[in-house]
Amino acid sequence: MTSATDPALRVPSGARPLLSVEHLTMRFGGLVAVHDVSFVAGDGEITGIIGPNGAGKTTVFNCLTGFYKPTVGRLMLDGTRGRFLLEQMEGFRIAQKAGVARTFQNIRLFPGMSVLENLIVAQHNKLMRASGFTVFGLIGLPVYRDAERQAMELARYWLGKVGLVAQADWTAGNLPYGAQRRLEIARAMCTQPVLLCLDEPAAGLNPRESAELNQLLLTIKEEQRIGILLIEHDMSVVMGISDHIVVLDYGRKISDGTPAEVRADPAVIRAYLGEEESESLPPEVARDLGESLRDGA
Amino acid sequence: MAVEAKALHPAVDLGPVVKEMLQAGAITLALTVGLVGIETVESGGTLSFITRFGSVAWAVVLVGLGRGALALVRHRRPMPALAGALVVGVGLAFILLVVPDNSPLVDLIPFRHAVVNWTVVVCAAVVALRAGMAMRSQEAAAVADREQLMDRLGARVQYYSRFIAPVLVLAAVALPFFLERRYVDIGVLVMTYVMLGWGLNIVVGLAGLLDLGYVAFYAVGAYSYALFAHYLGLNFWLCLPIAGMIAASFGILLGFPVLRLRGDYLAIVTLGFGEMIRIILLNWWWFTGGPNGVHDIPRPSFFGLPFNRTPPEGTQSFHTFFGLDFSPTHRVIFTYYLILALALITNAVTLRMRKLPLGRAWEALREDEIACRALGINPTNTKLTAFALGAMFGGFAGSFFATRQGFVSPESFTFIESAVILAIVVLGGMGSQLGVVLAAFLLIGMPELFRELASFRMLAFGAGMVLIMIWRPRGLLAHREPTILLHRTPAGAGP
Repeated sequence: MTSATDPALRVPSGARPLLSVEHLTMRFGGLVAVHDVSFVAGDGEITGIIGPNGAGKTTVFNCLTGFYKPTVGRLMLDGTRGRFLLEQMEGFRIAQKAGVARTFQNIRLFPGMSVLENLIVAQHNKLMRASGFTVFGLIGLPVYRDAERQAMELARYWLGKVGLVAQADWTAGNLPYGAQRRLEIARAMCTQPVLLCLDEPAAGLNPRESAELNQLLLTIKEEQRIGILLIEHDMSVVMGISDHIVVLDYGRKISDGTPAEVRADPAVIRAYLGEEESESLPPEVARDLGESLRDGA
Repeated sequence: MAVEAKALHPAVDLGPVVKEMLQAGAITLALTVGLVGIETVESGGTLSFITRFGSVAWAVVLVGLGRGALALVRHRRPMPALAGALVVGVGLAFILLVVPDNSPLVDLIPFRHAVVNWTVVVCAAVVALRAGMAMRSQEAAAVADREQLMDRLGARVQYYSRFIAPVLVLAAVALPFFLERRYVDIGVLVMTYVMLGWGLNIVVGLAGLLDLGYVAFYAVGAYSYALFAHYLGLNFWLCLPIAGMIAASFGILLGFPVLRLRGDYLAIVTLGFGEMIRIILLNWWWFTGGPNGVHDIPRPSFFGLPFNRTPPEGTQSFHTFFGLDFSPTHRVIFTYYLILALALITNAVTLRMRKLPLGRAWEALREDEIACRALGINPTNTKLTAFALGAMFGGFAGSFFATRQGFVSPESFTFIESAVILAIVVLGGMGSQLGVVLAAFLLIGMPELFRELASFRMLAFGAGMVLIMIWRPRGLLAHREPTILLHRTPAGAGP
């Protein structure tokens, strides 16, 4: 499953590949958090990464967004802003140049700043250029004022999308939990990314909020035509909206395909539910067993 | 007094109240029996001691009563507490003010020092006030309520600061014409610290980088001007920008190694940096003059017109040019306006920066650095600009200090200066410009104004700090207004 002709390295729907992850391995000392994972995410599609706790999903995200330097592997982004090898870029440049935006499993807003300010800060690089790296802004040139007005319009657009227009001037930390999750997505979208990475966006949401979130993600996909990478712990949430699902377990990819294919995959069922006989086996053996089963299927 | 009054209200469960009184009395006894009860006196070359157990007894009784009164207020029985506090307060004030010295009532004065006695009166007044407030609202004032009240007050002040600030500036401009020279001097001192506080506020309040070595940039600025003037004979107006730039470079120099550090570790490194600069200035004696400092630094001129009584032949000085009589206050007033202008420039730049992307990035960096990186904000450059800009204003203030004193030595740039500047920023409320002014006035102005209190001055200073930290742990005016609003209506801080 590590050869270049691996069927894993194609998008099931045949969409143009946006992100290709090849042989990604991340070791922390003796611990292998991610072992030789390869997959492709299509442009304009929602790709779900699922797996049980500790499967290495967030580690993959951290490698993609530059918070970790992968031990081995190539991460290539081929979007509208050009081609980038993400593993060679400094953390903040991945967001700045390549256009990868992300949210966090435990929400990371700027809690003391207002909702609107959160969205304006997200447009920092654009505004920095418009303010002549502060010089024009300091002397109050109109070019900066126009740029700020445009930034505010973009912020208002996304506030409308996530239903927070009325709360725009609230302190972000005072928002209810579900609204904070939505604001974090709006903030990521304000960077105008080519790839949006969402780390368990439905965690802690009630069923109604969760359904609204799915709707929001589908809208983003339809209107912005960008790729979305979605980590979910809970399979049922992701099955409905994903075009393509990658399943990780113990740092390895155990399945890859359309939601229907993945749902039927015995290796996935085993990883989630466990099986009588495999429970007593050591994980290595159980995994080997799982691979042979899948190859057979 | 509170005890008799309590008997009138048998409905109150007196157990916990009495227990609290006894506890407070016991703590007071333990604290005072050694410190107050025994006083060493030197008589004829030998050291002996006298006892003052009377004072100890008074302290125990008064603290116990005060505690009991507060406990009653908390148990929603403010009436006896108010009565008791009024009896104690008014009675003592009456004895202190009106009763002649030979009256037997004088024996009721608890302590020897007038200041301590008046402190008792003030404490009684505070208890009475709290009891009165509790009576009016019919509710015991909970700590959370008070916190909220103060927060609202902070928000109100912040909101009205657009009106308060111009009034304060006008008052500051008019000040030298109404006050005598001594007060103008204090004004210059307070203004210097206001400017330093505003400069440090960029680093600590906005960017959230705890800098314990800010005085280093103050020193760099002061020595830059002093040495340029000493060796090259450059004048103040030329040196001011140079000193600012040199200080800013030092800010970047300090910034680089500490980029990865946060919180405690950052504080330790910056503290070390502050000490390094001071020790370098001390030991590089053939260049900086070492502990002797640099003398005869030229005083500032009014755009080339010096403030001399007798200008050299063929030149003019300030008073001859404007046809005034010579007065030494001209220079004092000029230095006052100079620091006022410098401070206002610092303030204007800071306020402007807050509304620019860089300033917002500073605040975002303070809130969450990881989120900043995920949004493509370069944390290195953002932190370095904060250090550089803060250091630059420190450098300006340093140059001003050098020209005002006419003499600099490493003595002036010890750690305690950094601590005071940081205290001004923290006490004022991180990031609050008006808070810095208030805190600088409290911390620098008050001790200067009350020099008459002699040794009680620092005691009162410490007590004031403790009280502020109890009542306003996040600073006096800790309230943040958004830098940009979508809806025109203000004050939508959420539920």
